[in-house]
Amino acid sequence: MKGRRLYLDGVSVVFDGFRALNNLALVVEPGEMRAVIGPNGAGKTTMMDVITGKTRPTAGIATFGDSDLTRMDEAAIANLGIGRKFQKPTVFDALTVFENLELALKAPRGPIACLRWILSGEGRTRVEEVMTETGLTDRAQDPAGILSHGQRQWLEIGMLMMQDPELLLVDEPVAGMTDAETEHTAALLARIAGKHSVVVVEHDLEFVRALGCRVTVLHEGSVLSEGSIDHVQNDPRVVEVYLGR
Amino acid sequence: MSATALDTPPSRLRLGLRAGMIGAVCLLAAFPVLNQLPETHALHVSDFLVSVSGKWICYAILALSLDLAWGYAGILSLGHGAFFALGGYAMGMHLMRLIGPRGVYGHPVLPDFMVFLGYRELPWYWLGFDNVAFAMLMVLLVPGVLALVLGWLCFRSRITGVYLSIITQAMTYALMLAFFRNDMGFGGNNGFTDFKELLGMPLNTGAARAALFYASLVSLVVCYLLCRWMTATKYGRVLTAIRDAESRVRFLGYDVTRHKLFAFVASAMMAGLAGALYVPQVGIINPGEFSPGNSIEAVVWVAVGGRGTLVGAVLGAFSVNGLKTWLTSAAPDLWLFVLGGLFVAVTLFLPKGLIGLLQGRGK
Repeated sequence: MKGRRLYLDGVSVVFDGFRALNNLALVVEPGEMRAVIGPNGAGKTTMMDVITGKTRPTAGIATFGDSDLTRMDEAAIANLGIGRKFQKPTVFDALTVFENLELALKAPRGPIACLRWILSGEGRTRVEEVMTETGLTDRAQDPAGILSHGQRQWLEIGMLMMQDPELLLVDEPVAGMTDAETEHTAALLARIAGKHSVVVVEHDLEFVRALGCRVTVLHEGSVLSEGSIDHVQNDPRVVEVYLGR
Repeated sequence: MSATALDTPPSRLRLGLRAGMIGAVCLLAAFPVLNQLPETHALHVSDFLVSVSGKWICYAILALSLDLAWGYAGILSLGHGAFFALGGYAMGMHLMRLIGPRGVYGHPVLPDFMVFLGYRELPWYWLGFDNVAFAMLMVLLVPGVLALVLGWLCFRSRITGVYLSIITQAMTYALMLAFFRNDMGFGGNNGFTDFKELLGMPLNTGAARAALFYASLVSLVVCYLLCRWMTATKYGRVLTAIRDAESRVRFLGYDVTRHKLFAFVASAMMAGLAGALYVPQVGIINPGEFSPGNSIEAVVWVAVGGRGTLVGAVLGAFSVNGLKTWLTSAAPDLWLFVLGGLFVAVTLFLPKGLIGLLQGRGK
């Protein structure tokens, strides 16, 4: 694996005069796991939107390896190897668990290619592996619409595993989960993290501590502090933002 | 064939529907034959029923095409009648050219309306329509290119939902106004009529009617199988995914614009074919075919039958048109109220249409 670095510098996003991101800088090295925390409205989701092509930055540089992310659309960025897990799990309700995973499998994505598509034995094995890893084997033929909240999250994570992205963006993966579900999710993410770069956005500081990675704190659209969890928790500016003055 | 579909045996409902469909096709296929029986015979099928069911078959093809766009790809087109009408006009142009010197004015090349309007020569866009192969190509190409341009502009700009519906509706309305104009060269509000022959067959004979009927029936079966194949492949599942969560599909790396365009263009071509089969059977095409009401009626057929199921679309086209034919002679003033009421009732009580009702029974 060649390994590409995510590089954001001077990124600003302005919506109707509101600066959602203000001169943001972030570098994620190949294979690194990074947690991004910050109060509501700090710009965490907007940052994800910029990286995945959903939002065009007003100013600044965003690159992945040699590719300029600010000039590509969502599909092109996804094909580049950047996967995204949304805060609210979005799976295709009318399709079965198996079909959801099959759609995410790396393969030619054009209409003609899809018309002529035949799932190979290898592809089927891969889908089955991911169903085993996510614990969804029993639900293979069920439409995704009838899954529980936790199962939907895992299915979405499973779809990311199928996409096999080089960089994975994960938005609040454990929000609204029971403790057991949180544990299972953390284990799944840890397994993915071994092979890929991961950026996790999370509110839950305990969960971030458990990840044991470098932490970036956002505040009002820019980086307030960066370092180990102990470092940022003891940073007086972070304490002020989180605990109020 | 999807690998997953192989794992589950077809349900009883599905087998029942399949048997019903094959039965219905055989029954329809027998109509022109039973028409030959003496009128006193119990199994005699009247000329009226043959011609009206030939029309319904064309409507069923239009319903299938709309279902592919709306039921599967989530593109609610309120202007599919325009593609139907354009296919019809392309066929009409061919039929007009075949009249030759047999028109009222006896001009060797120009159709009657052109002589009447003082045309000196055939407009350039009428050239080639005397050739049947070229005309058939245009039947597919003209609606296809319009869908390609309109779809590309809309899908690229991510215009979806009600805004897209309004644009398609405006498109068919604009075309209607354009085709009403005499200087467009399509016969103005009279359109085309007085057709004489097609493929060397005089159109006013029973044999020609039967041939057109069978051509329509075969087209319906072929279009159904084509749609079924498309929707059973991974492409069909991508369309369903786009319908339900368009932006999520983009993050999986699919070019949503291209996928929607492909479905929209295929659908428009199918609608054009339906129009082309319709025109020689009814013997006339005029700008009224572009009227927005026609497109909305087609949406009602699909909604009543059950959108997102191909059998549903066909069933809807036949049942709503059957009701219309009966009601417009029994109580002509009521039809529009019934049509509106039907749409409201189906939306409120039968979101899956008649097919949903059958599914409910099947369980």
